[in-house]
Amino acid sequence: MEKELRLMKGNEAIAEAAIRAGVDAYYGYPITPQSEVMEYLTEQKPEDRSGMIVLQAESEVASINMIYGAAGAGKRAMTSSSSPGISLMQEGLSYIAGAELPCVLLNVVRGGPGLGTIQPSQADYFQSTKGGGHGDYHLITLAPSSVQEMYDFLKISFELAEKYRNPAMILSDGAIGQMMEKVELDDPVSRRTEEEIINDFPWASTGKKNRERNIITSLELDPAKQEQINLNIQKKYREIEEKEVRFEKVQCDDADYLLVAYGTSARLCQETVKLARDKGIKLGLLRPITLYPFPSKEIATMVNDRVKGVVAVEMSSGQMIEDVKLAVNGKVPAEHYGRFGGMIPSPEKILEFLENQIMGG
Amino acid sequence: MEETKQDIKKPENLVYKKTDLMTDKTLSYCPGCGHGVIHRMAMEVIEEMGLEEETIGIAPVGCSVLAYEFMNVDMQQAAHGRAPALATGIKRVFPEKTVFTYQGDGDLAAIGTAETIHACNRGENITIIFVNNGIYGMTGGQMAPTTLEGMKSSTTPYGRDTKKMGHPLKMTELVATLPGTCYVTRQAVHKAAAVRKTKKAIKKAIEYQKAEKGTSFIEVVSNCSSGWKMTPVQANKWMEENMFPFYPLGDIKKPEK
Ligand SMILES: Cc1ncc(C[n+]2csc(CCOP(=O)(O)OP(=O)(O)O)c2C)c(N)n1
Ligand code: SF4
Repeated sequence: MEKELRLMKGNEAIAEAAIRAGVDAYYGYPITPQSEVMEYLTEQKPEDRSGMIVLQAESEVASINMIYGAAGAGKRAMTSSSSPGISLMQEGLSYIAGAELPCVLLNVVRGGPGLGTIQPSQADYFQSTKGGGHGDYHLITLAPSSVQEMYDFLKISFELAEKYRNPAMILSDGAIGQMMEKVELDDPVSRRTEEEIINDFPWASTGKKNRERNIITSLELDPAKQEQINLNIQKKYREIEEKEVRFEKVQCDDADYLLVAYGTSARLCQETVKLARDKGIKLGLLRPITLYPFPSKEIATMVNDRVKGVVAVEMSSGQMIEDVKLAVNGKVPAEHYGRFGGMIPSPEKILEFLENQIMGG
Repeated sequence: MEETKQDIKKPENLVYKKTDLMTDKTLSYCPGCGHGVIHRMAMEVIEEMGLEEETIGIAPVGCSVLAYEFMNVDMQQAAHGRAPALATGIKRVFPEKTVFTYQGDGDLAAIGTAETIHACNRGENITIIFVNNGIYGMTGGQMAPTTLEGMKSSTTPYGRDTKKMGHPLKMTELVATLPGTCYVTRQAVHKAAAVRKTKKAIKKAIEYQKAEKGTSFIEVVSNCSSGWKMTPVQANKWMEENMFPFYPLGDIKKPEK
């Protein structure tokens, strides 16, 4: 059967995906450039369509803790926000990671620091991939670069979050949130019943029926036990790093030089690859789809094989470049090129940087 | 004939049995602390109402952070002050469950003020048990929003100066003004009669939750002998003489019929 096609904004696509993916609850707080997510959801009356609950919280602190509660009860819960709001959620995220609960967040990143600008940015890479709140943890982080991926990654993120009992972040930006593209929609799936929740998530606090009580907590006062909890969580991260890396390669087979970029930057870099190839420069693009886990092995392999220099292109002053450099491990030159504060790099300038700083250098 | 210890322990001589909804774990609270009794009242109500299979409790950050070790129902441990948000998150997706929070005064009336007021204002069908001991017990007796004027704490060593530190916050009166709350009451557990009243209040609160009347809110004025630097007996006396006049016991709001 042919899939339903619709022209949608990125922010609307993810909201539609939530209703169709059997999400139980969206708890959020308005902030530009992602307010369309909750606006679309409330307009759609998801309580009638799928039974999904949508509630506007009093703050991002409250919304992430509502998510904590619902996720602890085994429900599919999500929120969306933009950079300043995501900062407010860090305490809650740390608790959710510590209590090992699944949930999904969308960050439609805008330029900072502080209140910054409402224009697109990629300056929340560190916050998203390295933990962000206190303690040793990571968020599984996926970076969409199209409206279709905003739609698709919602479901994938829940599957990963539930598989590993860890929060997942969809790290988007203002450009992808706001732009309109064609989206292929799936048929809706229904939300889990209580029996299914009890069966799939025997740890969830659903009321102690025919079992001992369940406790959702991130507290362990005995340091020896707390270390063991940390070791178990780390073991989970090693498995995620082993199994869940996703990326896309564009013209990489014969590439002498490599761009590494995600999200909006990756779209611009596709154009740079074309410009370079027109000039006879064998340039390729590696687009990390998962930022955590990062495709370090793939980059290392490419650098060992034939790539002679790497540019990490980001709408930040240089964050992902640290992971790129770790992967390259000094074998070839690797540099950051970026615009930030809401500015977007141009494909021509990226090429110029490559020619001057990497090829000419 | 004289009764031996063995005789007294015979089942037919038992006049009181600990509810199965309190675990056998030794309470971590100081001698004389109100927390243990309040835990037990909450659990007795849940047991008597037959709700243990559908109850989800939220433990706060504070001395009762380990409430989940003692309360034998499904529990979630919240970040400091966020219990009403967790309770909201659960109750909205599981409206048929019984959901309660158990929070201290620092948790509920300082760091969690926004979550408390907004959960009450939305009229979330949850029950909030608020233990007001006028101090931060867990962190070593610092000033709480509820600390009385002139009262000494480790951060107001010369007594709370309301010019600098503001006035003690009557959170219970405050939430009673919100249309979302249905039942708001202030109780205590310093005497057997008061304990019975507190239990009754918790029962009513849960009944209102089941009847979907809105947020039910029970403050229990309690002691903190460690934080107040008194013996348990002195602490209860001090509470009666100083806390009760400022925080008078009794119902503040009841649902309209
Ligand atoms: C975000 C955060 N800030 C501060 C603390 C430290 N802290 C733990 S308990 C507590 C106060 C608890 O006092 P109260 O709520 O009155 O409960 P009590 O211990 O008196 O029962 C504080 C400040 C914390 N755990 N988390
Ligand atoms: S410090 Fe105070 S509130 Fe905490 S257990 Fe001791 S008496 Fe109770």
